[in-house]
Amino acid sequence: MAAKSYSNPIVKWIEYRLPIFSFLDHELNEYPTPRNLNYWWNFGSLAGIILVIMIATGIVLAMSYTPHVDYAFESVERIMRDVNYGWLLRYIHTNGGSAFFIVVYIHLFRGMYYGSYKAPRELLWIIGVVILLAMMATAFMGYVLPWGQMSFWAATVITNLFSAVPLVGESIVTWLWGGFSVDNPTLNRFYSLHYLLPFVIFALVFVHLWALHVHKSNNPTGVDIKGPQDTIPFHPYYTIKDTFGLGAFMIVFMFFVFFAPNFFGEPDNYIKANPLVTPAHIVPEWYFLPYYAILRAITFDIWFIPAKLIGVAAMFGSILILLFLPWLDRSKVRSATFRPVYKQVFWVFVVDCIILGWVGANTPDAEFHGIKMLWIGQAATFYYFFHIVILIPLISVFETPRALPDSISQAVTPGGKS
Amino acid sequence: MNAMRKRLGLALAVALALGLAAGATMAAEGGKPPAQTWSFDGLFGTYDRAAAQRGFLVYNTVCAACHSLSLVAYRNLDGIGFKDDAIKAIAAAKEVPDGPNDQGEMFNRPGQPADRFARPFANDNAARAANNGALPPDLSLITKARKGGADYIHALMVGYKEPPTGMQMMEGMQYNAYFPGNQIAMLPPLSEGQVEYADGTKATIPQMAHDVSTFLTWAAEPEMEERKRMGVKVLLFLIVLTAMLYALKRQIWTDVH
Repeated sequence: MAAKSYSNPIVKWIEYRLPIFSFLDHELNEYPTPRNLNYWWNFGSLAGIILVIMIATGIVLAMSYTPHVDYAFESVERIMRDVNYGWLLRYIHTNGGSAFFIVVYIHLFRGMYYGSYKAPRELLWIIGVVILLAMMATAFMGYVLPWGQMSFWAATVITNLFSAVPLVGESIVTWLWGGFSVDNPTLNRFYSLHYLLPFVIFALVFVHLWALHVHKSNNPTGVDIKGPQDTIPFHPYYTIKDTFGLGAFMIVFMFFVFFAPNFFGEPDNYIKANPLVTPAHIVPEWYFLPYYAILRAITFDIWFIPAKLIGVAAMFGSILILLFLPWLDRSKVRSATFRPVYKQVFWVFVVDCIILGWVGANTPDAEFHGIKMLWIGQAATFYYFFHIVILIPLISVFETPRALPDSISQAVTPGGKS
Repeated sequence: MNAMRKRLGLALAVALALGLAAGATMAAEGGKPPAQTWSFDGLFGTYDRAAAQRGFLVYNTVCAACHSLSLVAYRNLDGIGFKDDAIKAIAAAKEVPDGPNDQGEMFNRPGQPADRFARPFANDNAARAANNGALPPDLSLITKARKGGADYIHALMVGYKEPPTGMQMMEGMQYNAYFPGNQIAMLPPLSEGQVEYADGTKATIPQMAHDVSTFLTWAAEPEMEERKRMGVKVLLFLIVLTAMLYALKRQIWTDVH
C-alpha cells in the first residue's frame, strides 16, 4: 500500500493505527482499471447497489411485518395501506428482487462472453456462483413471507424436491418444514433465514471484490494489463461511468416501482395462503423459470434412478456445473471477440436460456404450433448441458482464435503503445 | 460491439415473440376480458371520484350482502372524496361486533370510521352455508388477485349468458363467458335500475359494472394516486440527473478517448 501522508491530525492518528484511509484510496480511488471497459461492466457495481437497497428496505419492512400464518398476509397489507410510505418500501423491495436477478444474470453472461472466469480469476467466478446460489435461497424464502397462495405452494413444491433424496428424503423434508406440512414453523425459519442470508451475501461480495482487486478487472479484449498505459484510475473515470449507469438503471427500475409494481408478480399471491386450495398453475417467479423447466423436463426414469431425483439433480446441476466452467473451457483466449465459433454458440446459449424460461412459464402439456411444451423443454435442457459439457470444451480445443492485440492500449487507442 | 448489439436485439426479438405466443395460450382458461377505458389508466391516472362513489353504492347495496371487504376501513373512504359526516353515517349504519364488555359479554355496536368494513358472515363456514357451499371471496384485493384486474371484474359482471347448446351445467351454477371454466356459483348480481344513483346517472348493468370495478380497484390500490404522482416527479428528476451525469461522464472521459 502506498505510504501516503495526511495533513489532518485526526486522519493521521487513525491512519497510523488502522490504515483505512490509504486502503480506501488504494482500492477505490487510484485503483488501476482497464481503460476499455464497456457498459456491460456496469452490472457488477449495480448488483452491489441493489443489494444495499434490498437490505435497507428489508430492515424497515421487517419492523412492520409479522411472521405468523394468521397475520403475515394482513401485516403485509397493513404495510401497503397504513404504514407511511409502506407501499413504496414494499414495491421497491419486491421489484428489487427482480432487478437484482436481471442485473446479476447480465453480469454472469458478460463473464461468460468475455471469459472473465478464466485463470487467474477462477475463484472470483466460483465465489460469484456461490453468491448466486445464496441469492436464490434468499429470494425463494422472501417470496414465502407474504403468505399468499403462490408463497405457500411454491414453498410446498420446492421443499418437496428434497423428498427425491434416496432413503432420507422424507425425513429431510419434515426437518425443513419443522412439522408435517408447510406451516407456521416453516414461515418462522424462512423469515429468520431471509434476514440472515443477505448479510452472508454481503460478506461473500466483499470476498468477491477482494479476489477481483488482486488481478483487477478483465476487459473486452481479454488481454492482461501490461502496464500503466493500459489502465486509468478507478476514480473519477469509473465512478462517474458507474454513477451514470446507475442513473439509467434507476429510471427503468423506478418506472416499474411506480407505474407497474405488480408486473413481475403473480395475481394469485394477492390471495391469502390456503392449504386446501391448490392454484391452477403453480409457477415460480420469472427468475426461477429456466430451472423449473429443467426440473420438469426429466419425466423418465434412468435404470433404477427415479425421474424426480434426476430432475432435481439436473436443476441443481445446471447451476453447480458453472463452478467447473474455468476448467471446461480450455481456450487461452478469454474474450469471445477473438473466438469466432464460441461467439456464435454463446448467443445460441443465451437464446436457449430464454427458451427454458418461456417453457417454465407454461404447463408441460401446452402446445406451441403443435409441439408439446415438454419436448421443447427437454430439447432446451439437453442443449443447456450439451453447450457447457460438450461444446465449450470441444470448441476451446479445435477453434482457431483471431490474432490478439499486443495490449489493451494498442487495441483501443489509435497508434497506442504496446 | 456492433455485432454484439445486433445479436442482443435478435435475442430480445425471439424472447418477445415467445412471450406473445405464451399470451395467446392463456386465453383458453376463460374469455380474455375486453379492455375498458378507466380513469386510473396511464401515468397520470386518478380515480374518478363520482364513479368510485357510485361504485361504493353498488358494493354496499349489492355485493356486501355476500362479499367482505375486510382490509378497507370506513375512514379510508375519504380517499374517494366522501366527507367526514358521510363516512360517519355510512359506518353507523352497520353493526360491528365488539367486546367483551365489563360483564364479559360480546355485543354489537354501530360502526365507527376506524372500523374495517363489517363482514356479511361471521366466518367462512357461515358464508359457505348461506351460499350453496361456495365461498364468496373477500374483495379487498380482487383486482390485484385476478388476471386482467378491473377489466376482468367488469367482464364478469356483464358476462352472464345462456350456456352454449350441449354444455352440461352443474347444479346451481351459472354460465359466465369470462369465469375460468365458465361455471360460476354467483347468481347474476346486477340488474337494470338495481340502485338509484344520487347524481342521476342511469343504473344500467354496464354502468354499475364500470362503477363497482372502479371502486374495487381503489379498494385494492388506495395508494395509486400518490404513487403515480410521486413516480412522475421521481422519473423527471432521474432523467434530468442521468442526462447531467452523462454530460459529466463525457467531459471526464475526453482525455481517455
